[in-house]
Order: sequence, then C-alpha cells, then structure tokens
Amino acid sequence: MENQVESSEAGVGDSVGQAEEPITSPEPETPGERRGFIKFLCAFIGTLISVVPFGAGMWSYLNPLAKRDSGAGDDGFIKVTTIDAIPADGTPAKFTVVADKVDAWNRFTDVSIGAVYLRLVDGLPKALHTVCPHLGCFIDYRPGNNDFFCPCHNSNFKLDGGLARGVSPRRMDPLDIQIRNKTEVWVKFQNFQPGHSHAVPVS
Amino acid sequence: MKSLLDWIDHRTGIRSLTREALFENIPGGSRWRYVWGSTLTFTIFIQFVTGVFLWMGYSASSGDAWESVNYIQNEMTGGWLLRGIHHWTAQFMPVLLLLHLMQVVIDGAYKAPRELNYWFGVLLLLLVLALSLTGYLLPWDQKGFWATRVATNLMNLVPFAGPEMQKLVVGGTEYGHHTLTRFFALHAGVLPGLLVLLIVGHIYLFRRHGITPAEPVIKRDAYFWPDQVFKDVVACLAVTVAVLGVVLWYHGAHLGAPADPSEPFSAARPDWYFLFLFQFLKLPFFAGENEVWGAIYIPGMAVGLICLMPFIGRWNLGHVFNVGIIFVFLGGAGALTYLAKREDVAGPNSAKYLKAVLGDARDADRVTALAKGRGIESTALSLLKDDPKTQGARLFAQHCASCHRYDGHDGLAVELAKAVPLDELEKRTEMTSRFFSGDAVHPDWLARQSSTNEWQTVRSLLQAKAKGPFDVIASSKPKDAPEAPDLKGFATRQWIRDLLDPDKYISARYFGGTAHKDGDMYKKFLNRKVRKYDTEDHIMLEAIVVALSAQAKLPGQAADDQSDAVLIRKGIAYLEDDIGCIDCHAFGEPDPDADGPDLTGYGSREWIVDFVKNPEHEKFYPDNNDRMPAFGVKKILTDKEIGLIADWLRGDYFKLPADAQGH
Repeated sequence: MENQVESSEAGVGDSVGQAEEPITSPEPETPGERRGFIKFLCAFIGTLISVVPFGAGMWSYLNPLAKRDSGAGDDGFIKVTTIDAIPADGTPAKFTVVADKVDAWNRFTDVSIGAVYLRLVDGLPKALHTVCPHLGCFIDYRPGNNDFFCPCHNSNFKLDGGLARGVSPRRMDPLDIQIRNKTEVWVKFQNFQPGHSHAVPVS
Repeated sequence: MKSLLDWIDHRTGIRSLTREALFENIPGGSRWRYVWGSTLTFTIFIQFVTGVFLWMGYSASSGDAWESVNYIQNEMTGGWLLRGIHHWTAQFMPVLLLLHLMQVVIDGAYKAPRELNYWFGVLLLLLVLALSLTGYLLPWDQKGFWATRVATNLMNLVPFAGPEMQKLVVGGTEYGHHTLTRFFALHAGVLPGLLVLLIVGHIYLFRRHGITPAEPVIKRDAYFWPDQVFKDVVACLAVTVAVLGVVLWYHGAHLGAPADPSEPFSAARPDWYFLFLFQFLKLPFFAGENEVWGAIYIPGMAVGLICLMPFIGRWNLGHVFNVGIIFVFLGGAGALTYLAKREDVAGPNSAKYLKAVLGDARDADRVTALAKGRGIESTALSLLKDDPKTQGARLFAQHCASCHRYDGHDGLAVELAKAVPLDELEKRTEMTSRFFSGDAVHPDWLARQSSTNEWQTVRSLLQAKAKGPFDVIASSKPKDAPEAPDLKGFATRQWIRDLLDPDKYISARYFGGTAHKDGDMYKKFLNRKVRKYDTEDHIMLEAIVVALSAQAKLPGQAADDQSDAVLIRKGIAYLEDDIGCIDCHAFGEPDPDADGPDLTGYGSREWIVDFVKNPEHEKFYPDNNDRMPAFGVKKILTDKEIGLIADWLRGDYFKLPADAQGH
C-alpha cells in the first residue's frame, strides 16, 4: 500500500534537504508485526491524550447534573402576602415570590424568584403557579374573560386552574398553601417540569 | 463499512488526504528532534478544548471574573482539573516554543525557500505570548491585575499613538468591565482565530517544503507514519503526563485574592517567561526617557533580528551567527530571569516580596472561605472589605500599630493554620523553597514560638537550635517599641487576669509605655493592695476577672460565660463592694466622679467603638488620656472602620466550622 504513495511535493525542486523522491525508497525496516504494534500504540496513546482535556471539560460541564435545587426555606414555604391583600371578590391576583437565591457564585437575599396567582375561594386563598405547564410561558389572567390564558400557544385555563382548551398537557400547577399568624399567606413555591401530564417537581 | 467509506471518499477524497498526511517522506527517517512542532500543535489543541469548557463557567466582568474563576476552581466538580490543565499547559508552551525555535534555527530550517514559513512561526510565537498576556488578567486577581496594569502602561511608550493604544486596549482610562471584555475577546476569539489561520498556513508550508533533515543524514528515509507519528505521540504523552503531574500536585492552579486597586501588591510580577523583560527594564540605562528603548525598541529589534535570520543565513558563517545569536538571547534571557527571581527572593526587598506572596495567599484563602460559607451578595472584594478579620487587621496595622501591638506584631503577621515545627519553618527559608514555593519564609522574619510570647528572629532561633513549634511568621518588625497595650485577646479572661497582675500591668505588654503606669490604678490599687493579696483575695479577684470579661460578651467565650453565671454574679458583687473597683470606675450607671474608664459593658463592641471614637469622653479618660487620638471625633476613621477594628479584636467574624477552633 505504501508503495503506491507518491510524493506530494513534486515540483519543489530547490528546497534544501528536500527529497522529491526518497533517497532510498522508504520501506519497513522492521517486521510487519512490530510496525503493527507501533501503529496500535500510536492510536492508543493518541486517543488517550486527546481524551484528557475533553474528560476534564466534560467532568465540569456535567456539574449541573450533580447539583440539587437548594429550595426555599426549611419546609419550602415562603411568606407571599396577607389575606387582606387578595381581592375579596374572588378574582385572582398575581403576587411576587421573594426569597433568597443562590445563582452559581452569587447568593442574593430577598430577590424575586417567581410569581403566583392567589384567589379567595370561600374566604380561603388558593395558589396557582404562573408558569404554563406546556412549555413554560408566563400565563396571563384576562379580566374580560375572567380566565387564564397562555399567550404562547393559546392554552386556556379556568379560574381553578383546570384546562379549558388548548395544548397544555395538564392543568395549571396548584401550590400548597398555609395560613400562619391568622393572616399571613405562605406558599410552598416550587417549579415543575413542563410537558408532562403529571406535575413533576424540578429538583 | 467499506462501502460507507467509499461513499465518503468519493465525495471528499478523504483517503488521498489521509495518505498525503501520513505518508509524508522524512529524509533520514524519524527523529526525536522533530517532535516539537507536534507537541505545540497538541498543546494548542489542549488549550482550545479546555479553554472552551472554561468559557462555559467564566464571566468577564470586574464584579464576576474572580468570582466565577473561584467557582470553577473550588465549587465545580472537576473545575480545578480543567483550570489546572489550561493554566499549566500554558506554562509549558513557552518552553516548547523555545525548543521548536532552537531546533529550526540549529537545523537551518529557516533557509530558502522556507523563509515565509519561518516568519509564520515567529508570528505564532508572538501570538502565543499574546495569549498568555491576555489570559493572565482574566482571573482578575491581584497578581494579574497589577501585572497587566504594568504591561498596558508600557504601551504608553509606543511612539506617536501610545496613550491612545493603551486606552483602546484597556477600554477606557480605568481598568474595569471593558478591560476584561476586551481582553477576553482577544484571548478567546481574535487571537485563537489568528492562531488557527497561521497554524494552517504554517503546516501547509511545512508540508509543501518538507522537513529539513538534521545533518548528517545517516539513516534511510521513512514515511511520517508510523515511526515519526509514534515519536510525536510519545512526546505529547510526556507533555500530558508532566502537565497532569503538576496539576495534581497543586490541585489546579493558584488563584490570588481579588483585584483591589486600593491595596498595594508588592509581588505583582508577569508570568515567569516575561520576567527577563521585566528585569531588563530595571537596568539603570533605561531610566526615564530611555525606557522606551528597553520596553519597545530593543525587544522589537531582537524580534526583527530573529526575522532576518533567513537572510543572514545566506552568508558564509551567517548560519553560525544565527545559532550563536539564539544562544546569546537564550543565555541573556535566562540570566535576566534568574536575576529577577533572585532579586525577589533574596534581594534587599525580598522580605517585602515574600510577605506580599504570603499575604495574598492568606487573603485568597479567606475570601474563598467567605465565598463558600456566606455566599457573594455583591462582589468577592466587598466580602473581604467588610470582613473584620481581614480589614480590621489592616486598619489596626495602619492606625493603631504605631503604639499598640497585636500579639507582638502589627496585626498583619501571617498566622499559620497550625503550629509547625522548627524544621519545617527552616525548610521554608531555604533558597530552593524561596525560588519555587508560594509559602517561602524570609530568614529575617520574626517567628513566634506558640509556647512563649517572646519574639526573636528566625535566624537567631535557628542558630540557637531552639525548639518549635511556631504559629506566627512573616511579621514586619514594627519600627518603634510598643507604647500602648497589646490588644490580642482584649477583654478576655486571660487578658484581664494579666492586666490585674501588678508586674504585667507596668510591663510593655500593658501600660509600661504609657503614663498610666504611674497612675492610681497601679500605685493605689495594684502595687499597694494586690501585691499583698492572700489566697482568698485572689479568689475574689479571679471572680472579678470572669465577671468583667463577661461584660464584653465575646463570641469566643459565650459558652464559658453561660456556665459560669454564678461566679459572674459573685464577681460583680466583689467588684461593687468588696474590692472597691467602683471607687474609681463607674459600673452599671454613670458616675461623674469616676476617673477610670467605665466598666459597664467593658470590652463589648459598643464600648470599644465609643472608646476609639473618643478616649477623652467622660466615660473613659476625661482628664488622663495618654496620647490616644479621638479617631471618631477627628474623623480619622469612619464608624464602620472603627466597628471593623472592634469586631476583629473581639474575634467577632465569620468562621468556618473547621477553623472556629483556631485563630
């Protein structure tokens, strides 16, 4: 096979030390078995040393898979508002969820980490996540229609979060709620994976 | 499989391309001296791969650069390995470049028709150096920050457009976000792009002209594959192993304390392969207006001479001259590098340099611990600036240490995490350690044996063969003798216990250097009464020590104060009635007749802050203050700064669970 190879340097005549044709035809100096082993070593070592930088890179690139969502407070509940701030007529209102947040190397205190819709039902608040379970757009409340509407792919949700029509695989995600000190509304704020028919928490 | 390859080959010609690549003829057969180009290509490949992965974790802004690099180094899984490989490969590249250049020059591979390729190589060399220079700044630590300031300030000297060029490179007149974004774009975009273009050209021309065989050609010709390839991969393996060895040894790469334009850094140096230029500029000839010669003209001429070698090589003896010049350059640069390093670690200012290295490592450890323990709300630098352990000590050294001491030093001594034996300390003073280690110790530094409070120089201790262990090193010897109390452990039980010892009270550690040694406290109480105390009196005095110390509410003593509640109550009763402290001191309520300091809340944060603000306040020394300035009233220090000093003295700062036991 090697004998078929022509010099690729034809035409470069004046180069110092350049042999357009080998002084002597390069032929294996050693038996084929040894050269076979050398070729194998070349491939093996070459692969090995090429893997090193990729390996180190992939190890740190995959770091997010090893990290868990640190979550909110001890039990996950965050104080969002007071009952008096929720409209008494049963229309939903959007409330910002404020908590401490770790973002890679930063640790922020009291920043917005999301929002919830709160609505009074028989005097008790109900909480719905504002993020569409379809692909994660922010769901609007439409006062005219008195319903929830996702502006991205036109999913419609009823006031209780149930799917009215549209492509969302599930209803709006309800969030656990607690009343503390009589009027404080605490919500267990968490995000859910989009696209599933059941709510799967992001962890 | 074969048909797939046929299909691809038919459309790409991959087979003939591979054949061309592998069956390059090598006159005289494969040789080890031909491996350097391949190792360089390989290291550039490593840098590209690790660089792109580092890019995924790096943020180029002055408020995030150090923070993100610290996150890569200390938080990300495997980040230390990734960063370590990138950093240490960069350290190997100048060596490989040099070997490659020497091989090319010695073998005469620069001669016609290879001139153009040779110049490509010189350009590549300069590009790699530019990559090093831009990469040095990106972690935004003290070392990179100050070294880059120097390097970019040199641009000012460029004739005609120097200041404008500097402004463009820095992104303005101040070093900040745009310096980093610009350097990063150069480092990760422009320079690598040019590098790839030039390497493609370099390898194309190399293949066009073929290898220049080293004379004499003894062996028969051989193809590139597999013998030369084998030698090349073995050399690349050796480079990989060497890099990984250093990376594992150092667990990644060093990251200094965050860049701080307000803190001097006496150890600001370029990377080691630029040290010869750095040292070159110190030559007296380049003083003042002549600096442009040392910084630009002469290095430029040297590069120009290297570029002219193909023409010089045409003359008889020209080649010999070229080879000679390379060795002259190499010897000169080597000597200058050695001189630069030697001056740093053994010259007249070496103590300053080595202490800056240690201090930087201490601050870096501290800010890394703070970042891990508390998180970074704004920037890492602000963590350090608001940290009493760091900033309180600095302020103490600047404003208080001219009279006071802190454990015998000025507050900035490097405290070892744990006491080390004399042998280890001795090793850190040796020349090899000083050349290569980041925790080297200067022989003239004060070191303290943990068992005593006596300070002597390391050298005299070494000569005396004194036994260790030592727990504090690298303190500057304060110029003047102490004139006011040593405040280490202020208001702790031990500190007050010693204060109430008549002999210690008038020693230099307490009030020996002040007017108070002739005051009533000593004359009427300690000397006249305490010296005659019997055992029962001493038990009462000890209860007062515990009670008074509890007034400070020191975090380090909280558990003891809680368990000794009964003793503390007794102590307060003794203080008020039996011993009669309140004859001269107020306690519990203001006493306009008192002429000693108010003992209410003695040593508490509020007490210290009020005292430092105004020692002549009626609560403290309205009539008999001895030289202490009213730092607050005279606005020498802000309230925040005084608070930092107070918190530092009280040991009231963030501690990692691991070092809560230590300092």
